[in-house]
Amino acid sequence: MAVAWGYVPNAPSHVFKKPSVIPGFGLALGFSLTYLSIIVLIPLAALVLKTSALGWEEFWRIATDPRTVAALRVSFGISLAAAAVNAAFGFIVAWVLVRYEFPGRRVLDAIVDLPFALPTAVAGIALTALYAKNGWIGQLAEPLGLKIAYTPKGIFIALVFIGLPFVVRTVQPVLEDMSVEAEEAAATLGASRRQTFFRVVLPVLLPATLTGFALALARAVGEYGSVIFIAGNIPFVSEIAPLLIIIRLTEFNYAAATAIATIMLAISFVLLLFINLLQAWSRKRLAHG
Amino acid sequence: MADIAHVPAPAVRHFRSASTESPAVRGMLITIAVAFLLSFLVLPLAIVFFEAFREGFGAFIEGITEKDALAAIKLTIIVAAISVPANLIFGLAASWAIAKFEFRGKSLLITLIDLPFSVSPVTSGLIYVLLFGAQGFFGPFLQAHDIQIIFAVPGIVLATIFVTFPFIARELIPIMQEQGTQDEEAALSLGATGWQTFRRITLPNVKWALLYGVLLCNARAMGEFGAVSVVSGKIRGKTNTMPLQVEILYNEYMQTAAFALAALLALLALVTLLIKSVLEWRYADEIAAARR
Repeated sequence: MAVAWGYVPNAPSHVFKKPSVIPGFGLALGFSLTYLSIIVLIPLAALVLKTSALGWEEFWRIATDPRTVAALRVSFGISLAAAAVNAAFGFIVAWVLVRYEFPGRRVLDAIVDLPFALPTAVAGIALTALYAKNGWIGQLAEPLGLKIAYTPKGIFIALVFIGLPFVVRTVQPVLEDMSVEAEEAAATLGASRRQTFFRVVLPVLLPATLTGFALALARAVGEYGSVIFIAGNIPFVSEIAPLLIIIRLTEFNYAAATAIATIMLAISFVLLLFINLLQAWSRKRLAHG
Repeated sequence: MADIAHVPAPAVRHFRSASTESPAVRGMLITIAVAFLLSFLVLPLAIVFFEAFREGFGAFIEGITEKDALAAIKLTIIVAAISVPANLIFGLAASWAIAKFEFRGKSLLITLIDLPFSVSPVTSGLIYVLLFGAQGFFGPFLQAHDIQIIFAVPGIVLATIFVTFPFIARELIPIMQEQGTQDEEAALSLGATGWQTFRRITLPNVKWALLYGVLLCNARAMGEFGAVSVVSGKIRGKTNTMPLQVEILYNEYMQTAAFALAALLALLALVTLLIKSVLEWRYADEIAAARR
């Protein structure tokens, strides 16, 4: 159908596809849509369908169950804190990697992507081994009365690890494209370095930093593998929402698992929307200099 | 900057570039960045290898050649060998349609392709349980025909395909869009068939971006934990992938064996990062421009 339309000469603008001499549109798009539907759309629709079958009252009962609320609060609160830390340190790391030359810079640049490449389960057991009370870092923190592994602080550490590359990798390209001329102009006009940074540099980098923050947050909220080893997983204290889904599933409580998953899905959609708005803002801002 | 430097010397005693920080601030920032990266990235990586070899090289070898460990390694390779090519074919088809043609709803399609990235791994597994599990939509049908998807290899493959779904497509789409359609149109006008054009013109143009996407897709496919742990059932020697086997060994206090397998996965991550960096340094322009 699409192919037939494609060959209408001088097709009016309301047709589905502009004419083109290149073949294979029908096949490529048809295959893509079929594959997308089977792998992504139909399974996600199943989740929504299953949730709507619960009915509003049942859904609300599960959503406001104290353990669900506690798990969502743990997931969200700690993810926010970790993403904030990543925003600050990620910004500094991006700045240092782009602006300064020092030995080992390239290696550090490459290793920033480690959390993307390292399987989350490996990260989980490695962080636990580090922060447990006889671990390399744990035994330093223990005398200070700081217990990290098997507490919410452990979750925080894991989420900082997992979200680390996002801010660095969103700020870095913007910083690379930024010309130093604006900064030089500001300095010539008598601005101090501090004024230049806060009035000239920061406004340009802010959208990218916020985008990175939101991406790190979105990733942290859904994270499972790196967290469960170090969390201790105590209900109401250090139990994250993804783990609660799995617990409900092993209890054959499909209704609860589905409802919690739907809440999480809705939250990620809101974040996704927010990220898209941020990126549009960022593009607009950069386009106008 | 050079112009300012030509100002006669006495005018400025301690010349400081207006567009950078003082050496002290600079040194402090570098120290903070390096310390942050060392403690959050290098230390976890180091401890994996430290724990794996703590009881000697023999214990490490024993850990990765144990019967269930070998089964896990084999399953991991099988799962990646199915899901990566599947997503590769999809990536090529989707980027061909999106980059070489103008049609309605294109941006919606691009958004939908990215969708799996914003779904929690646990949810990614759950949706297949809801479809194919014993109480799922197709559960009764599958049971009647004696087909097992959940708690079996097909479920693991499906969940892995879902979580790695966008990787290759999102590398290919921007680079193909950037290259436009002129090369293909020229080839077609010279009498090449559509398939010849694709194979001899389009593919060579995007080969590095393609390799880059495959690399990232493979790393995630072999390392996926959350989604796979929901659908696998964790049957030893049968439905355990490497990350799941790591979890089981770790929970049974088989520290060295767990870290031995983990070291193997960490090695995969390091090799992935190395090839990725080499590709980025050498073929920066030929890998997608739109990098997040």
